[in-house]
Amino acid sequence: MNSIVQKRSTGLAIFSTGFVLLWLVIAAVPFLWTLWGSFKVQGDFFSKSDWTYAIYGVRTTVETGDAFTGNGYYGAWVEQEFWRATLNTAIVVVLTVVISLTLGTLGGYALARSGFRYAFWILMAALVFRAMPHITLVSGYLLPFFQWNLWGHLPTTIIVLVAINQPFTLWMLHSFFLNIPKDMDESAMVDGCTRFQAFRHVIIPVMWPGVITTGLFSFLLAYNDFAVTAMLLSQDNQTMVPKIASFLGTTQVEGNVMFAVAAVVSATAPLFVLVMFFQRQIVSGLTAGAVKG
Amino acid sequence: MKHRTFIWFILPSMAAMILFIALPIISVFIQSLFVEHEQVLKITENCGPFGCKQETSVDTEATEQLRREAPLGQFNWLATYTNRSHLAFAELAEAWRSSESLNDFATRVMNLPFYKALAFTLSYTFIVTPFVILLGLAIALGVNALPRMVKGPTIFVSLLPMIVTPLVGSLILFWMIDAEGIIGATLQILFDDPDLSLKASPTLTWITLFVYGIWHSAPFSFIVFYAGLQTVPTDTLEAAMIDGATRWQRLRYVVVPYMTPLVTFITLMQLMDNFRVFEPIVGFSAQANATSLSWIIYNDLRGYDQQLFGSAAATSMMTILGVAILLAPVLIRTWSEFNRKVV
Repeated sequence: MNSIVQKRSTGLAIFSTGFVLLWLVIAAVPFLWTLWGSFKVQGDFFSKSDWTYAIYGVRTTVETGDAFTGNGYYGAWVEQEFWRATLNTAIVVVLTVVISLTLGTLGGYALARSGFRYAFWILMAALVFRAMPHITLVSGYLLPFFQWNLWGHLPTTIIVLVAINQPFTLWMLHSFFLNIPKDMDESAMVDGCTRFQAFRHVIIPVMWPGVITTGLFSFLLAYNDFAVTAMLLSQDNQTMVPKIASFLGTTQVEGNVMFAVAAVVSATAPLFVLVMFFQRQIVSGLTAGAVKG
Repeated sequence: MKHRTFIWFILPSMAAMILFIALPIISVFIQSLFVEHEQVLKITENCGPFGCKQETSVDTEATEQLRREAPLGQFNWLATYTNRSHLAFAELAEAWRSSESLNDFATRVMNLPFYKALAFTLSYTFIVTPFVILLGLAIALGVNALPRMVKGPTIFVSLLPMIVTPLVGSLILFWMIDAEGIIGATLQILFDDPDLSLKASPTLTWITLFVYGIWHSAPFSFIVFYAGLQTVPTDTLEAAMIDGATRWQRLRYVVVPYMTPLVTFITLMQLMDNFRVFEPIVGFSAQANATSLSWIIYNDLRGYDQQLFGSAAATSMMTILGVAILLAPVLIRTWSEFNRKVV
């Protein structure tokens, strides 16, 4: 829209740009501040006397001899074994994404190609399931899982996350497959393919953009989850987010808050990288449901 | 697609959803009808030189055995729903009878855990959602007017608050508003009040949580509106301009009508997500002043000496009912639209 419509008075332009700048500051500064502060000691990050201490690291220099310190990171990763949580997160997230996408692709394709009434009902049920607060489902799992000795293990959590992910994955892939012309797989079937062969040889090669977009959101759901992982995993199998929450219980000791700060920064870093590389897919995924109606 | 092929394709996905979403809802319902066993007491007689004394103590072994044999607890029908930690009918009636003013009544109701959580959850849902829509639209209009070069980086930065783990995002803000964190300390200087703490007063805690919610969700509505703005036809805008519409009128009568379906979409998503507000309360350690329905379920499940499955399940059932009520208008509309299409 680079036409005359876009022309505006200087006052309005300044106001609008200023507003966007203000928003950018609000959106970004908390992250920059915490990243910077994670290399300081607690006395600087929470400095009662002078907020510039956190920038120049005055107390940090006094305590450690340098304006930057990796003590928080050392404490979190080595002393508190945050690496173990990171490893667990990696296992849970990768398997959840792979399994959700496999199930979701098959299901979403079927829903997109079936014109029967029950396909609509399945989608409606999925919408209702999507709205369920996760913790209400967790309260349904706990007692049976304790009884059957399923509680605390990574595979249980992975399956649960896959299931919780399904409604969203189905919706997204369903609307994506609707955009792939029906003629493609139908002409393959006219040529003698079965439905599954048509799916295998015609649909799979062209479906990757949609699958990647959906995969990103499955990743975010599994990575960001707190309710399920905090309640269903034992102490040893904890993933990053519940681990960070458990750091908070022990904040009284000097220095421990900085462990949590370092852990928080470590957990945020992968998300930054993700947005950097997949910004376009994330944006298109967010709007997929909306703009097409 | 043939019915048989359809079933094979959808089966794995359906099985996962039935096993881990539909059945747990039934399991929650059953659990909500039971309550934990009371501890088995035993009376022992101690006879000493000064006569016999009866002592009551907890029979740990018998209690353990009872719990093992019937892990669900004892059948309680709907009593859990009406007890003090849930709908609290008796307490409500008592408060209504004995309170002098409506204000007094409200204060007493707000001391009941379920109503306290419900009040916060609903306020959060219905305050954050409209703000998210307005702020998102404003940012989208602002970004849309930027030169092409800087749009990409702007969107990158704008996405961050939404993409970050909710617990992590709330912790980051929580540390900044700490009395010794940068925002908290600045506020103390600004208001010249060394005891000012955003964590101490209920009102300020609520506002902090609302602000966090808006910060977290605004990017979502921004992105949706921004994509929508790209589809507004320039012709219509130019025509409106030639007809003498001011900038504000063009926004009001051309752009906004184009955005209406998007507003419905964002409202639906936001109502669903905000109704389950949970992580910010853990992150901000706000439970003293603000609790949500999800949080009280979490608290029951984590129980210090004993996990209160029955209590958590009852709250869960009522939360699910709340979700159903929220979604009802959407479902009814989709259903009638679908019927119109078919007939």
